Amino acid sequence: MDLDALFLSRLQFAFTIAYHIIFPSFTIGLAAYLAVLEGMWLKTRDETFKTLYLFWIKIFAISFGMGVVTGVVMSYQFGTNWSEFIRVTGGVIGPLLAYEVLTAFFLEASFLGVMLFGWKKVGEKLHFAATCLVAFGTAVSAFWILAANSWMQTPQGFEIMADGRHVATSFMEVIFSPSFLPRLAHMLLAAFLTTALVVGAASAWRLLRQPNQRESRYGLVMAVGLIAVAAPLQVMAGHWSGEVTRHHQPSKLAAMEGYWETRADQPFHVIAIPSRETQSNHFALTIPGVGNLIQNAPRDEVIPGLDQLAPADQPPVWLVFWSFRVMIGLGLLMLALGLGGAWLAWRGRLSDRWFLRFAVALGPAGFVAVIAGWIVTEVGRQPWVVYGVLRTADAVSAVPTAAVMTSLITYIAVYAVVFTAGVLFIIRLIAEGPVKAAVDPIPSERAPGSALAAAPEEIPGDPS
Amino acid sequence: MIDLPLIWAALIATAVLLYVLLDGFDLGVGILFPFARTPQDRDVMMNTIAPVWDGNETWLVLGGGGLLAAFPIAYSILMPAFYLPVAVMLSGLILRGVAFEFRARARKRGRAFWTAMFALGSILATFAQGLILGGFIQGVRVEGTAFAGGLFDWFTPYCLIVAFGLIAGYALLGATWLILKTEDDLHGDARRWAVFTAVLVAVALVAVSVSTLSVHPRVGLRWGVDTAQGLIDWAVLLPRLIVPGLGLAGLLVVAWGLATGRHLAPFAGSILVFLSGFAGLAVGFFPYVVPYALDFRQSAAPDNALALMLFGTVFALPLILGYTAWVYWVFRGKVSPEAGYH
Ligand code: HDD
Ligand code: HEM
Ligand code: HEM
Repeated sequence: MDLDALFLSRLQFAFTIAYHIIFPSFTIGLAAYLAVLEGMWLKTRDETFKTLYLFWIKIFAISFGMGVVTGVVMSYQFGTNWSEFIRVTGGVIGPLLAYEVLTAFFLEASFLGVMLFGWKKVGEKLHFAATCLVAFGTAVSAFWILAANSWMQTPQGFEIMADGRHVATSFMEVIFSPSFLPRLAHMLLAAFLTTALVVGAASAWRLLRQPNQRESRYGLVMAVGLIAVAAPLQVMAGHWSGEVTRHHQPSKLAAMEGYWETRADQPFHVIAIPSRETQSNHFALTIPGVGNLIQNAPRDEVIPGLDQLAPADQPPVWLVFWSFRVMIGLGLLMLALGLGGAWLAWRGRLSDRWFLRFAVALGPAGFVAVIAGWIVTEVGRQPWVVYGVLRTADAVSAVPTAAVMTSLITYIAVYAVVFTAGVLFIIRLIAEGPVKAAVDPIPSERAPGSALAAAPEEIPGDPS
Repeated sequence: MIDLPLIWAALIATAVLLYVLLDGFDLGVGILFPFARTPQDRDVMMNTIAPVWDGNETWLVLGGGGLLAAFPIAYSILMPAFYLPVAVMLSGLILRGVAFEFRARARKRGRAFWTAMFALGSILATFAQGLILGGFIQGVRVEGTAFAGGLFDWFTPYCLIVAFGLIAGYALLGATWLILKTEDDLHGDARRWAVFTAVLVAVALVAVSVSTLSVHPRVGLRWGVDTAQGLIDWAVLLPRLIVPGLGLAGLLVVAWGLATGRHLAPFAGSILVFLSGFAGLAVGFFPYVVPYALDFRQSAAPDNALALMLFGTVFALPLILGYTAWVYWVFRGKVSPEAGYH
């Protein structure tokens, strides 16, 4: 592959979106969790909920800020690097992106200010309303951006004008394209799972050191409860996505499953090393006769393989194949965590040390599964940017390679610094734990998350 | 039949104007950061904008997203044309955006680092916006519906003048905002910064205005000034002098407000200055969206897309303006060092 503007633009897009999605997948769930905590506190007046709220809102503030700044990069990149894509499809997906700004971004951004700094400025009810509106805004944002992305996967409701540009014939069909609802369900569940896994891991980590620490016990129970419900649902939503893929993006399904051959009664390759050179799997651990079954297709139905496509038109198979398996594997581990935790809770043994260690280990699993899932979706779509309609190679801007190289290196450098610092601060907060966070430094005078209130420039005896 | 492209041109111009005014003052606070005397003063400066900066920046997303959606052809020409300045602007916005949280979470050296990044990010973002603005006024080379210029077309003396002018302008907005929001020593400093930046803005306005007349023959003609022949058509020029007049009035309001110790007037005056600059640009390049190549009709999205968005905007925009105003009202009043945010 050449280091041309196309390749570098793809690399840059992949890098910046993979980085961006880390934060939405966490903040969508965390915003909802904060709304639940504040609601529970208002209802029961149990101070534990308030302490937890004041703790997680600090972590939320950091993550949300990183989500916002990396998101702004995404929306401008459509123009800088994929200007042909926008020139051709802007009249179709442009309105969806505009609706996202109008209905979601302003809502989130405005009420975030009240949520973080308005604790003592507005009443309890209004503050709770602000938290709920932020949570609502994050979900609305997911709705619109996923509608845009789903249209790119399974386009419909448009026609091509004389000058090659697209015009919508039905915006209902554009928004509700076949893959949209399963994708929305799958992504929102992914966000809730990601958050629950982080909350669960942070709580379990503290419980390993301080058994019976009250806030962490609440946190763990809530997290395990959510995972026990969301993980099975996620397997179902993923399956639904897979069926839509089989109907609408057969080449992606073939790559996910490593099918080189078009045939009835496909096998299932548990693991394999797919190779585009030889157009086959180098090595495979295969269970024959169950492929169609997993796809929910009759055994005699013919499922197309990659042999339908010229090699140049096939997606990078190994990447799709393996990302798919990473996602599924982690999904099954989450299922085990949720169901195992529910069983232990029922037996009153949730403080089992092995279970707590398992929960800590799965802390980052959501992020990895989300990125793996998106790689399946996006790389599996190649060589198309709008499936079957517009090729990625025809979507790129005519900018010089040197320019893309410069921007790519700049983003990598800036993101590396920002990521290191952000993760450090979040880990530091988690290590301090909810109780310290709540009493630090003068509880009555600091608003939640008022990271900016006067803090000493130097802390005596602090090594860093 | 409603003229959808025209309405959308007006809406996007409004979004950009609101962005410049709103993010202008909070970028300005960042530009002034290095001049603060104590870390406590910097805390207060940040606290005056912390609850609102994110909402302010969203107008930039609306400006860009709106351009994408309503004028996809213009968007797909302009973004590659300003490829590098856009990347610099975004990097600057990242560094300053995360600094709000990071600066307070960091300790010692980290804190000093994020303090510096907040200032540097604000300056970089403003500078890049100035280069983009300058490049826009200069005109963009287009063939068919694609950008046909070079990677560094925006790197001209003219664009540099505009960029420095914009830094001075945002700093003036920031200083007058701080006059409004702070008290004691910091308030006194903000007044001094306002005097200094107002002088810079006055100089920059003259420099930018004069050089704009000659940067593209079309702009001069729009103002009744034929730079090639050295002729002035007073019938065209005179009515348009109301625009620089507005800028002058703004500067006078700033000066008067500073001289008489007022808190709100300097900020209001600097907003007038920006309105004048904006109107001046409108005179120069209406109806172009890609200056001197494509007008707003040639680059518009299909009517059904514009209509769908207008439908949403009619409901959403009043709501957005309403709750934005409410948020500003919640956080009204002076920000003092001890109080922080309650
Ligand atoms: C499933 C959810 C999801 C996905 C796939 C994306 N985003 Fe995102 N984005 C969000 C969910 C989100 C969010 C939850 O709304 C964020 C994350 C954290 C935050 O601050 O808001 C956000 C922030 C955010 C912002 C800043 C909003 C503001 O100013 O407050 C912009 C401009 C974008 N995103 C744009 C994009 C683009 C152009 C994407 C695709 C290419 C994209 N996002 C993918
Ligand atoms: C948020 C999670 C997402 C992730 C992790 C992700 C990941 C990726 C990756 C890895 C690529 C590169 C594929 C390749 O070139 O082989 C890519 C390309 C792309 N994606 Fe996504 N994507 C996400 C969401 C979206 C959304 C929501 C949109 C649009 C609304 C989108 C639009 C694009 C475009 C325009 C490209 C560039 C063309 C291409 O290389 O295919 N992506 N994405
Ligand atoms: C274990 C059962 C799972 C199955 C069967 C499954 C199935 C799928 C399929 C088929 C796709 C591709 C959709 C397309 O064609 O574009 C996909 C994408 C994705 N998966 Fe999964 N998945 C599972 C678990 C998970 C888990 C546990 C997570 C995260 C916590 C996750 C996150 C994602 C994401 C973020 C995407 C990309 C967005 C989308 O296209 O929906 N998945 N999944």
